[in-house]
Amino acid sequence: MNASLETTLQSVLAAAPVPVQLTAGSQWPELVVAPDDWPTLAPFLRDHAELRLDFMFCLTCVDWKTHLTMVYHLNNSSCERVVVVKSVLDRQQPRVASVANIWRTAEFHEREVYELFGVHFVGHPDLRLLILPEGWEGRNPLRKDFEDPVNMIRL
Amino acid sequence: MFKEVLAEDQDCLTLNVGPQHPSTHGVLHLVITLKGETILRVDPHLGYIHRSIEKMCESLSYRQFIYVTSRMDYLSAHINNHGCALCVEKALQIEVPQRAQVIRVLMDELTRIASHVLWWGAMAMDVGAITPFFHAFREREMINEIMEETCGARLTMNYMVPGGVMYDLHPNFQRRVKQFISFFKSKLNEYDELLTDNIIFKQRTQHIGVLRREDAISFGATGPVGRGSGWACDVRKRAPYECYHQLQFEQVVEQAGDCYARYLVRMGEMRQSLSIIEQLIDNIPSGDYQAKTKAVLKLPKGEYYSRVETARGEFGVYIVSDGGTTPYRIKFRSPGFSNLSALDHMSRGHKIGDLVAIMGSLDLVIPDIDR
Repeated sequence: MNASLETTLQSVLAAAPVPVQLTAGSQWPELVVAPDDWPTLAPFLRDHAELRLDFMFCLTCVDWKTHLTMVYHLNNSSCERVVVVKSVLDRQQPRVASVANIWRTAEFHEREVYELFGVHFVGHPDLRLLILPEGWEGRNPLRKDFEDPVNMIRL
Repeated sequence: MFKEVLAEDQDCLTLNVGPQHPSTHGVLHLVITLKGETILRVDPHLGYIHRSIEKMCESLSYRQFIYVTSRMDYLSAHINNHGCALCVEKALQIEVPQRAQVIRVLMDELTRIASHVLWWGAMAMDVGAITPFFHAFREREMINEIMEETCGARLTMNYMVPGGVMYDLHPNFQRRVKQFISFFKSKLNEYDELLTDNIIFKQRTQHIGVLRREDAISFGATGPVGRGSGWACDVRKRAPYECYHQLQFEQVVEQAGDCYARYLVRMGEMRQSLSIIEQLIDNIPSGDYQAKTKAVLKLPKGEYYSRVETARGEFGVYIVSDGGTTPYRIKFRSPGFSNLSALDHMSRGHKIGDLVAIMGSLDLVIPDIDR
């Protein structure tokens, strides 16, 4: 199944509006895209007749200490095709376009990543803290260098 | 505590529901903007039971972190543990013995029934019927006792470990599960008589909180919520794990997308789960209940993702490993979080009394949403 998806992806991505790097990935094919190109690629992936990746089942971020990586797991709604999209962000000024208007589940997930990693989602309809109480803006608990003498969980 | 932007229209009223309110089934805080009795906007405020489980897991070993996940969706504790164990097994390429696979599926389906039964009682209570709650708890108690006997715990079982299950089934297990099956079958018909065709219940739930198929997909609303909107999204069917591909069961799908459709899906799923248990209970293979694994698990560098179907929808575990004994980053994709995000969309335009029915039909478990 993965092999046929990869050939489909290769031919589809050749016509993509922005440059995309395709790798086999450990479990599912992975695409790497520049943060600036993501808002152009996202509707293309969702609406392309051969892909139709209309179900985003996971959106998260990983702190690699030198940079942040956004990870989007996409699926088509009848679930034969899974594609992982990654985008590398600058750790000091992490900014990426919001996709909440393309996959509406992203609205909550992006708010979560905003507060836990400090990623700024440009064009998000309502970018506020979701889980953390007021006053936590700018302190991002899931960053690797996060220190909090009171609330720290260190086992 | 929260600075809510006042609605520009001065006729609007901002109302706080929760965090301590019986209909939110936990510490969920909703800020509702009302015009008269009509809901204009629902804004969920989360985090009252946020324990930062993802951060905690970064300092727990691959055997320890599974225990924490029982505390997320405590009504699907087995299935959460299952998802985590699958992810570790995938990374280490551990082959799970047949016996363990069957035990796991049996436990998952018992959990699903227990969770749906509790939801059935709570949903009825939300719309004003008290009696079903007591019926539901009686049946759930039977499952809890079966779990207690084999797993040693009633709620946070921690029974599934990488490689199989913690220990073998209790000698009474088969007999008591069979007793439960025959008892519960008659009770399911009683449930239908009590509630399913009840005209008051139907009027409270039909055409309320309609979620269309494309919206369910866009919001990532999986489980009975997605299937109630006509989206066949059951992970057990579309990405089978363990021995689900060998079992005969139907994916229950309803087209209406309202609260009543979600109700019917869960009722159907209880019958499907019963049928799965019936297929397996006399056919538990003999052999090991756990594969041999190393004492200290080290996942090879890379990324692993596993998906399972809990009682609430698709549960995902995403592990990023740097080759060490603890995860570098772990993300739990909880079904309740995505289902809750559709609440605002579903309740706009309805009366405030309907909000309780809509929330009940979503079957929210707050620790699962907050993590």
